[in-house]
Amino acid sequence: MSGLINALRLSGAWPLFVKEVLRFWKVAFQTVAAPVLTAVLYLLIFGHVLQGKVEVFNGVGYTRFLIPGLVMMSLLQNAFANSSSSLVQSKITGNLVFLLLTPLSHRAWFVAYVGASLVRGLAVGLGVFLVTGWFAPPGLAEPWWAVIFALLGGSLLGALGLIAGLWAEKFDHMAVFQNFIIMPMTFLSGVFYSVHSLPPFWLGLSHLNPFFYLIDGFRRGFFGVSDVSPWLSLGVVGSATLGVSLIALHLLKTGYKIRH
Amino acid sequence: MSAVSFQQVTKSYVSAGRTVAALQGVSFDIQEGEFFGLLGPNGAGKTTLISILAGLSRATTGKVTVRGHDVVTDYAFARRQLGVVPQELVFDPFFSVREALMIQSAYFGLNKNGAWVDELLHHLGLSDKADANMRQLSGGMKRRVLVAQALVHKPPVIVLDEPTAGVDVELRQTLWQFIARLNKDGHTVLLTTHYLEEAEALCHRIGMLKQGKLVALDRTSALLAGTAHTMLRFKTDDPLPAALAEQARITGRIVQLPAHDAAEIEAILATLRQSQCRVEDLEIGRADLEDVFLSIMQGVHA
Repeated sequence: MSGLINALRLSGAWPLFVKEVLRFWKVAFQTVAAPVLTAVLYLLIFGHVLQGKVEVFNGVGYTRFLIPGLVMMSLLQNAFANSSSSLVQSKITGNLVFLLLTPLSHRAWFVAYVGASLVRGLAVGLGVFLVTGWFAPPGLAEPWWAVIFALLGGSLLGALGLIAGLWAEKFDHMAVFQNFIIMPMTFLSGVFYSVHSLPPFWLGLSHLNPFFYLIDGFRRGFFGVSDVSPWLSLGVVGSATLGVSLIALHLLKTGYKIRH
Repeated sequence: MSAVSFQQVTKSYVSAGRTVAALQGVSFDIQEGEFFGLLGPNGAGKTTLISILAGLSRATTGKVTVRGHDVVTDYAFARRQLGVVPQELVFDPFFSVREALMIQSAYFGLNKNGAWVDELLHHLGLSDKADANMRQLSGGMKRRVLVAQALVHKPPVIVLDEPTAGVDVELRQTLWQFIARLNKDGHTVLLTTHYLEEAEALCHRIGMLKQGKLVALDRTSALLAGTAHTMLRFKTDDPLPAALAEQARITGRIVQLPAHDAAEIEAILATLRQSQCRVEDLEIGRADLEDVFLSIMQGVHA
C-alpha cells in the first residue's frame, strides 16, 4: 500500500488526488450531506406511498428494496458530479493552468480525478446507506457484489465526468450532460422498480442501459437475488468502465479542449 | 546549450471560418542566465509563443526545446525546468495561499517544501497573508501568489507573461528586485511586457514580434545604439502643424519628435514658431526603447 502511494506521489497523481478530495471535503455540507438528505427524502416519500402495495422480490418489502437503488443512484450521481464540476470550474475560472504547467502525465490526471470521484461517490453512498438503513436494514446477503459494483460504478461515472468536464465549455453544457444523459439513465435503471414489471419494449431498452446492471448487481449484494446474473452485470459494467476509461485517457493525452 | 530554443515555430488556427497565422516561423535562442525581453503589440503572438513553450498550446509546425529537451515529446523534463507566471489573474478559490503553494510543490514531487515556500512568501511580501483564502486577496496580492506558484520548484528558466500589467508601483519594485536577484543567481528569465522602460532597464537582449514574425533581435544596448537619433520633447496645448504631427509621438500634452542633428532641431523649432505653437519644458534627449519599438513596428527602422 505504501509502495503504491509512493509511486502515486512520484507521478504527481497523489497530490492531485488529495487536492480533489479536499476540494469537495471543504464544502462537504453541499457535496456529501445534501445528496444524503435528498436520498432520504426519496425513501420517505416513495417508501411511504408504496410500502405494502409493491413487492418486488419475495419477502422483500418496498422500502428495503429501494435502499440499495438509492445508495447506488447517489453514488453514481456524485461520482459524476465531482470530476465534471471540478474540471469545468477550473477551465472556466482559468486555474486549470496550474495543473497544465506541471509534469503530470495524462495517466496521473486520470487516476487522481477518477480516484477523488470514487471517494466522493463512496462517501455519499455510505452516508445514504447508514441513514436509510436505520429506517429499514436491507441486510447484506452477498456483500462482495455490493463492494465490486460500488467501486466499478464510482469509477465509471468518475471517468464519464472527466469526459464531460473536458468537453463542456460552460455550465450550460454540463447541465445538458447531467439532465439529458445521467439523470434519465439513472432513473430508468430500476432504482425505483424491478425492470421485470416493465412492458417488453421498456424492459428491452433497460437492458441496453449499463446503469441497470450496476444497480441490479449492487442489489444482489443485499438480497442475494437479482433480475439478471451478477456475472453478466459484471461483464457489462466492467466493459463499460474500461471503454469509458480508455476514451477519457485518450482525451487527456491529446489535451482535448485543454491544450490548444 | 540554450536555455530555450524556438525553431521555425508556426501556429495557425481557424477563427470564424478564417485561418489565422498567429506565428509565422519564429526562430531564436535564449542563453542560460540571460534576461530576455519579448516585446510586441497586442496580438503579435507573444502569449501564443509562451503558451507553446509552456505546453499550454501546441505549435502547428516547428520545435521548441528547454535546455535541450523537446516540450512535446519530453514534456515532463521541460516543465520541471520552467516556472511560468500566467498573464491572467487566476486562482483556486478553495485554498489559502500556503495551501495553494504546498499543493503546487507536491505536483512537482516536493513534499517538504515548507522552508522555500516561507522564503517565497517573505520575499514577495506575502507572509502575513499566508493563511488567507485566495478569494480575500487584492489583485496585486493575487499576482504575487502567481509569481510564488511559478517558483515553488526553483525552476532554472522563469517565464513572466506581462507580470506587471495593472500592478501598483510598490509591487513592481518588489517583484523586479526579486526577479533580478534570481537572475543574478543564474536563473534564465524570459519576460514579456508592455512597459518598455522595464525591458530597457532589465533585459540583456530583446526580441520584437510583429504579426507573428520576429522583426528584431539584438542586445538591448545595440538596439538603442541602432537609433542614432535624438528626440526633441516638449509640452504644448496648441495644435501641431501638419508637417510635424505626422512624425510626432503624442502623449496628452507631451510631444516627442525624432531629430537627427542640430539643423533638424532648428527646422522643427522654426516650423513651430511660424505656426505660432507655444511650447513649454523643451528638452533634447536620447531615443529610448520606446522609440526603437515604435520605429520598428512602423517598419521604418531608423
